[in-house]
Amino acid sequence: MDWLAVSDAEWTAILLSLRVATVAMICSLPFALAVAMLLARGRFFGKMLLNGLVHLPLILPPVVTGFLLLLLFGRRGPLGAFFADYFGLVFSFRWTGAALACAVMAFPLMVRSIRLSIDAVDRKLEDAATTLGASPLWVFVTVTLPLIIPGIIAGMIIAFAKAMGEFGATITFVSNIPGETQTISSAIYTFTQVPGGDAGAMRLTIISIIISMAALIFSELLATFAARRVAAQ
Amino acid sequence: MSLTVEARHRLGNFALDAAFTSDGGVTALFGRSGSGKTSLINIIAGLMKPESGRVLLDGDVIADSERRIFTPVHRRRFGYVFQEARLFPHLSVRRNLAYGRWFSGKSGSGGDFARVVDMLGIGHLLERNPSALSGGERQRVAIGRALLAAPRLLLMDEPLAALDDARKAEILPYLERLRDDAGIPIVYVSHSVGEVARLAKRVVVLENGRVTASGAAAEVLSAPAAMLATGRREAGVVLEGVVEGTDAAHELTTVRVGEERLRIANVSATPGATLRLHIAARDVMLATSRPEGISALNVLEGNIFALTSEEDGSVDVRVSCGGATIAARITRFSRDALALVPGKAVYAIIKSVAIDH
Repeated sequence: MDWLAVSDAEWTAILLSLRVATVAMICSLPFALAVAMLLARGRFFGKMLLNGLVHLPLILPPVVTGFLLLLLFGRRGPLGAFFADYFGLVFSFRWTGAALACAVMAFPLMVRSIRLSIDAVDRKLEDAATTLGASPLWVFVTVTLPLIIPGIIAGMIIAFAKAMGEFGATITFVSNIPGETQTISSAIYTFTQVPGGDAGAMRLTIISIIISMAALIFSELLATFAARRVAAQ
Repeated sequence: MSLTVEARHRLGNFALDAAFTSDGGVTALFGRSGSGKTSLINIIAGLMKPESGRVLLDGDVIADSERRIFTPVHRRRFGYVFQEARLFPHLSVRRNLAYGRWFSGKSGSGGDFARVVDMLGIGHLLERNPSALSGGERQRVAIGRALLAAPRLLLMDEPLAALDDARKAEILPYLERLRDDAGIPIVYVSHSVGEVARLAKRVVVLENGRVTASGAAAEVLSAPAAMLATGRREAGVVLEGVVEGTDAAHELTTVRVGEERLRIANVSATPGATLRLHIAARDVMLATSRPEGISALNVLEGNIFALTSEEDGSVDVRVSCGGATIAARITRFSRDALALVPGKAVYAIIKSVAIDH
């Protein structure tokens, strides 16, 4: 059973993947919530444009998204330079860049999930809260947010899963550097490019399946729990 | 307490142009569905912004389109009980009740909480989830929730419409207690004459977005104009009477109306209390001689003063009995068979159990 022993390099790739996916999921959540709220409730000029822009990574070839990120967030890209100068945050060829690429790719899925749950909220409940003296912000915190928790959880898990599997945009934007930007996906790709790499690719594939299943089951449990709390009226 | 409401608003083909004032107690907005009652109450609450209009409460300008004043809903402190209870599904009954107290700045007054819970009889429900309540219980919790937000004015939009008769009968006494004890002015939307007659001091009748009648409940609801707003089933008269006493053995209460005495069943009222009785015209029989051996307890002698033919073949007969007016709906056949004409002496027969109070 020697072939089951996971090498150090492989562990590095696994832990990096988990870190990248987690950071991507958590950092994009507030933006996804705001954009979902804007799309579900806002009435403004350019809403269609925003909607299209958010969904673009879903439709564009991942390589194109990766290349656009390279142009925008690369060392000499306008946004990349800005973040590097003012926040000391460098994306290109760093794991942070991999997280950014995953976040961008997973963003439309998260927004969609949250938006659907916002659409399902009975606005009459929000009106009732207003008549009881709650300002719009308090209505959001005490009524809307608790009611859309299942959608938020589903969105986070689907974003995590997407981030775990992201390949095209990541490899285009931050390349495939072992220990820095080599995630499970790019490690499997590397294994398949060298003779005798099949065993390594197999190990990572099995681990990838385990992580995905665990995430799925976890989300189902959380969603069931949350749905029970906000059970039908 | 004084409330002034004026509103003009256009919604597609529907135009609302209504105004009324109230000086406390329960004011009923009365009319058929689609008459603009709910729009008007939403304008008072601030959930709807009319094209032009004003809302004044005790001299405070809550909204005035001309002066560009519009107090946001959450700062009006107007309680609102909706047709559906609209309880928050993610909060227990206790936390639903406490929701508004949070924002009213009176979260410390635990005595209020106990009093309202007690008045509405919901003490045993506090730890439950709204999904585990019956329709009547939910509506009582909704009323409690609105009350505990310490409102300056209570708006109720057909709070009983979604309930069956048994549930209505369960809640009505609580509403009466609310009216008598809480001292908060109430605007009550309804299309039920019985409910309005029982609860409201003043009635504003709305039809197609316009006020067609307003005034004291007994007057407005007895006028034939109310027939247009209610449909024929409930048309009749509303009489104001004073409770004289109760025959406990038979659960009968005697109410004096003008010079007449009516006996009605199943009321819990103390002697001296004022009661409004709704007598539907279809529940009243007429006889030309005093009937013998009849189970109906109320036989009133009087004179016909008006006969109106209705388009469905029935006749609305108004009988003046010792200072009270009774309406009876009979067939044209009976009118001709009994030769009923204005001025003729007749006996109006009303079953005790048919009287809404």
